[in-house]
Amino acid sequence: MDNMTLIVLLLILMGVAYQLGLTRSRAVASTTSGRMNSRPGYYGWLVALWCGLPALLVFVLWTLLEPSVIRSVVFSQLPPEMANLPSQQAGNLMRRLGDIASGYGVSGDPAPYEVAAAETLARLRGIGELAKIAVMASLALAGLFIARGRIRPQLRARTHVEKVINAGLLLCSGVAILTTVGIVFSMFGEAMRFFSFVHPLDFFFGTTWNPRFSSTGHGNYGDFGLLPLLWGTLMISIIALLVAVPVGLMTAIYMSEYAPSWLRSFAKPVIEVLAGIPTIVYGVFALMVVGPFFSSLGDMVGIQIRSTSALTAGFVMGVMIIPFVSSLSDDIISQVPQSLRDGSLGMGATKSETIRQVVLPAALPGIVGAFLLAASRAIGETMIVVLAAGNSPILHANPFEAVSTVTVTIVNQLTGDTDFASPQSLVAFALGLTLFVITLGLNVVALYIVRKYREQYD
Amino acid sequence: MANSTMDSTVDPRARIQRQVENSLRRRHAREKRFRRFGLTAVMLGLAFVAVLFVSIFSRGLPAFWQSTLTLDVRFDPAVLDMGPPPQAQPEESPRDFEQRLNAWNFKLTMANWNTILEDALISAKPDLEEHRRQLRKLFTSGAKYRLRDMVAEDPSLIGQTRRVKLLADAEVDVWVRGNIDRSLPDARLQLSPEVRRIADQLHDDGILNVSFSTTLFTNSDSRSSPASAGLAGAFMGSLFMMLVVILLAVPVGVASAVYLEEFAPKNRLVDLIEVNINNLAAVPSIVFGLLGASIFINWFRLPLSAPLVGGLVLSLMTLPTVIITTRSALKAVPPSIRQAALALGASRVQTVFQQVLPLAIPGILTGAIIGVAQALGETAPLLLIGMNAFVANIPSTPFEQSTALPVQIYLWQGNEMRNFFEARTSAAIIVLLLMMISLNAFAIWLRKKFERRW
Repeated sequence: MDNMTLIVLLLILMGVAYQLGLTRSRAVASTTSGRMNSRPGYYGWLVALWCGLPALLVFVLWTLLEPSVIRSVVFSQLPPEMANLPSQQAGNLMRRLGDIASGYGVSGDPAPYEVAAAETLARLRGIGELAKIAVMASLALAGLFIARGRIRPQLRARTHVEKVINAGLLLCSGVAILTTVGIVFSMFGEAMRFFSFVHPLDFFFGTTWNPRFSSTGHGNYGDFGLLPLLWGTLMISIIALLVAVPVGLMTAIYMSEYAPSWLRSFAKPVIEVLAGIPTIVYGVFALMVVGPFFSSLGDMVGIQIRSTSALTAGFVMGVMIIPFVSSLSDDIISQVPQSLRDGSLGMGATKSETIRQVVLPAALPGIVGAFLLAASRAIGETMIVVLAAGNSPILHANPFEAVSTVTVTIVNQLTGDTDFASPQSLVAFALGLTLFVITLGLNVVALYIVRKYREQYD
Repeated sequence: MANSTMDSTVDPRARIQRQVENSLRRRHAREKRFRRFGLTAVMLGLAFVAVLFVSIFSRGLPAFWQSTLTLDVRFDPAVLDMGPPPQAQPEESPRDFEQRLNAWNFKLTMANWNTILEDALISAKPDLEEHRRQLRKLFTSGAKYRLRDMVAEDPSLIGQTRRVKLLADAEVDVWVRGNIDRSLPDARLQLSPEVRRIADQLHDDGILNVSFSTTLFTNSDSRSSPASAGLAGAFMGSLFMMLVVILLAVPVGVASAVYLEEFAPKNRLVDLIEVNINNLAAVPSIVFGLLGASIFINWFRLPLSAPLVGGLVLSLMTLPTVIITTRSALKAVPPSIRQAALALGASRVQTVFQQVLPLAIPGILTGAIIGVAQALGETAPLLLIGMNAFVANIPSTPFEQSTALPVQIYLWQGNEMRNFFEARTSAAIIVLLLMMISLNAFAIWLRKKFERRW
């Protein structure tokens, strides 16, 4: 019986338990003269929960623990020299034993000790399976009948059920914390392993990026200098902001202060479309359309522009974050009280003077916050840069040349590689940690600025 | 100088008036300029959208049409000499029967399908006999398997003739449709002059023509036969991932939003959760990929390239979006509803689940759909958990190897056969964009239909 069926059976049993609780509570209600504490459905739910939750808990724990328990028993049976294998080989051996046990057979003749261990494995698995089902079934039934027997008018079924619901909801909110913990934990752990190969100072302040893929796995790993990547990231983000901020900000101003309503109702959703387009699409667009366009433009003017360059990637990324900048600025501009505008206009200022000298200064902290958010967006963006930046991790200041960024390098170092033992793949986590810290910092600062600003007019 | 001193002595009021007029003109000009800047920005934004869509669609739409050869194929029993498929004998074990069936299928696969293809062409154009060896290069290598599958499905075809539409080789497709510079020297063209000439001739005769092809929707990715590479596998992968996101991110996200909005007491833990969610929403997607690679793949040893793992990573990524939109949907339900329910004696849980949630459902659904659409378009984290592996099968469970639509786009844009795959890439983008647009349109429709003003 596989786990799916087991869970489905348990759910069916819970349904039965609900019905039993329901009918039982009705019976109790009709025989006693006092009022029941809760409505009948709650008694049903209570019985169902008593039936399902303990069994489910056992199921989860069992599924998590069973493999390691079985493994230690099987390994204790193997010849002593096999007992202390490194984890990789031990895993392979376990898989081999599993194959023998399931009867598929393996390549080569299995040694007698392997056959014996496989038999133990098969037997243990069988016993484990049966024991799991037995324990779950008895717990479920016991829970069902105990809860059903406890149904009395005084039983505060609703309170109990609501407590469980509350706990479940809290548990779900905990997933967010768990994710953050997971991110920090995994990044930090793997980055620390990386720093055992490469000194943090060499990583954070190194100016050459040239990891060598040594097959021996020892000796010279090459240079892991972060600065060229960080510089590439910075250059592309600056270009992106140079495109997105003027266009986005002016769009927001025009939309909220000038545009006739027909234009607003048409242009706003169309520009918002830019925000919903997947980044891979922008990447392909940059590679196929924008890059060649810039390159031929450069030929015309007499500058050499590579088609995959910081300019291409930055420009397309700028287009991508236009709606982000414009909708954030729009929100902030519309929060500036009308009285400020009226005052300025009443003094005889023109509309543009009002905007430039009254509205924008008033909205400035919010707009700065929006820029920081946009910058953090640009820094963390991956696919556009992977496709259009050209991947050349060299320190130079020419935006018409290829660069590489932190995100591109993460993808390059980790793609297709799952053996996290070499600094070449572990460096991805150190880069990820850097990225995480930078974007987090930008966001915290941005939110702080935005929040501080909001308090002025509320 | 003399002029101005004269003005000031003559009439100071006129001088001031002129100054004011001048400055007004300047100010109004500046006003106009500012306005024009604004309008230019809006137009630029619109132009970007237009250029993006026009360039993608104009490049991608042709890929839905493909060069096909319409031929009468004779399933020649002299070539297909494996005889009728084995029937299960009552006395043999199922294992023996399976062995015999496999042997038959093997013989069927190893049959000389090229001869059959060549014969079919020659029977249509007898003068091609002298170029027999060249003819197989016209067909994509998937054409053979297409014929084999036809026979495997219906063995009685052996000995019969059928009219079949077969895909032409990708290079032939590129040549016939002029997607390559025809004046290039021979050394830089993949096809030999002979094949090119035959292809042109067949094109003129109407045997080889460009027609609408569903290959893109029915086939999975293929390396050996680029002309029959399709999106079906990636589509299924994306579908499974969306399913995982719907089953995980949406319920968990809604539950935590309900908790934070309706039940959470004011304490440290809840503050921590709130700060966390806001920060998670801003974490770059690739970081979630690193999380998946380290925790799900390296630690829990979940299978590489499986939509299940991809879905898990995308669920974590979309969770903040779902939580934030659900919270604003819950916020939009006026407090009077809650107060009324509480005043009538309902408990908090009853109030929330029986009054507030049903009213907030349209908003929650909109948020969920936006989250799912976001997950559908995400590429970077999937690259780190091995979903960029080449997978030729259409997955039938979320545990099998698979790619996803955006990853397929990434793989295709990197294909060396630029001339052919550039259009394919854009076509895949069109499919992806259409899916996203319809999801978003659905969300907008839901919002419009059920939106309620309080």
